[in-house]
Amino acid sequence: MSALAVEVWRGGAQGAFQSFEVPRHPSQTVLDVVTYIQRSLDATLAYRFACRVGMCGSCAMSVNGVPRWTCRTHVDKVARESKLVIAPLRNLPVIRDLVTDMRGFFDKWARAKGSFAGTKTRREDFARVAPDSAGRRKVDAGIECIGCGVCYSACDVVAWNPDYLGPAALNRAWTLVKDERDVVKHERLRAVAGDAGCHACHTHMSCTERCPMGLSPTAAISGLKRAVLGSVLKGEL
Amino acid sequence: MNRHSSYWVFLVHRLSGIALALFLPVHFWALGDALQLDALLAWTEQPLVKFSEWGLVVLLAAHLGAGLRVLALEFLPWRDWQKGLAAAAAALTLAAGLAFALAL
Amino acid sequence: MSAKAQSLLWIAQRASAALLALCVIVHLVTIIYAVQGGLSAAEIFGRTRGNVAWFVFYSIFVLGVAVHAPIGLRSVFIEWLAWRGWSRDVALVAFAALLAWMGMRAVFAVFA
Repeated sequence: MSALAVEVWRGGAQGAFQSFEVPRHPSQTVLDVVTYIQRSLDATLAYRFACRVGMCGSCAMSVNGVPRWTCRTHVDKVARESKLVIAPLRNLPVIRDLVTDMRGFFDKWARAKGSFAGTKTRREDFARVAPDSAGRRKVDAGIECIGCGVCYSACDVVAWNPDYLGPAALNRAWTLVKDERDVVKHERLRAVAGDAGCHACHTHMSCTERCPMGLSPTAAISGLKRAVLGSVLKGEL
Repeated sequence: MNRHSSYWVFLVHRLSGIALALFLPVHFWALGDALQLDALLAWTEQPLVKFSEWGLVVLLAAHLGAGLRVLALEFLPWRDWQKGLAAAAAALTLAAGLAFALAL
Repeated sequence: MSAKAQSLLWIAQRASAALLALCVIVHLVTIIYAVQGGLSAAEIFGRTRGNVAWFVFYSIFVLGVAVHAPIGLRSVFIEWLAWRGWSRDVALVAFAALLAWMGMRAVFAVFA
């Protein structure tokens, strides 16, 4: 239990895995491993991190083929026979090494109309929304998303269909569709319906399986499917 | 990439669907030629054909089981145990396969 | 195809799925029962020819399949074959027509 054999992706879309030997310690995270490589073995390695305590999602990478927050992934949990393969998140363009271009991810968020639109101003009274109402509970179940991209990387439909908006964008759209203060519900449902939207979800549930915040985009997307159905039946779509 | 049960159920659902879509025109064509049914039935007595028939019943039951799981996930109120529906779909398939095997 | 039309495809898929779930259960039970003790043309036709109830049942079954199978294949064509453009949907409509025609031909042959 003294050394790890670590393969790290180097390069952009074209590149190769580079091997490193990293000292193994008890209570070591994959982020510790990447940090050690960059500081002690190869200063040219590019990677992202920020809080390193499981709050910001910046350190998300592919570890042995699975998208994870590396600061929250203990080496003991994932290293089989003291080996690790670390790669950039799937389904996103690679800028360099372990750093991906998140613009497409957030563009889809915008295309899904993933931002709140209200009508009240600061001169009016607060909206009163009971936190334990059924509708608000549905919203609360999905609002803790921090946009880390793990679900988007885990999703096979995103890999197969480049137009697919993906679990994070659709999850956010759902929280807004169910938000009683929001006023663009119909436009949003139109934005998330169809081949590139909620109807392309086949309930693989990889997003739900991998979300580090414990959210279920599958549940949100199912909600969107039902909401679109209601909208079509009412002639609103 | 580690694969979990919901992904396998999806794969079974999709592959069985493709297989059934390929099989059905043949099935319809054979039945449409019903005048030759006895000759067809004699042909179906062969063991390889019997095994294929069993395979088709299993594919149909698998597709149904996995499809019921999709309908449950999309239309029923969400519960965390719904991941276990994959197992339910598998059980249904097994039951149908056994029943048909016993009947043959 | 508009988002609304694509949503209608999804609705048709789920509605036909629910219908076919019932049809398939009936069909499987019937087949498992009928297969007992071997099959013969005379035995089958004795039960099926002129049977209006089964004729109607299998007609509904065939038409449900003609809706459900092509829409299912559509996702496969988009995702696994990367088939873009209207030629894909034209091919699927043709497949639907094929299933409906061959299916009804079979229904007539067995139950009329």
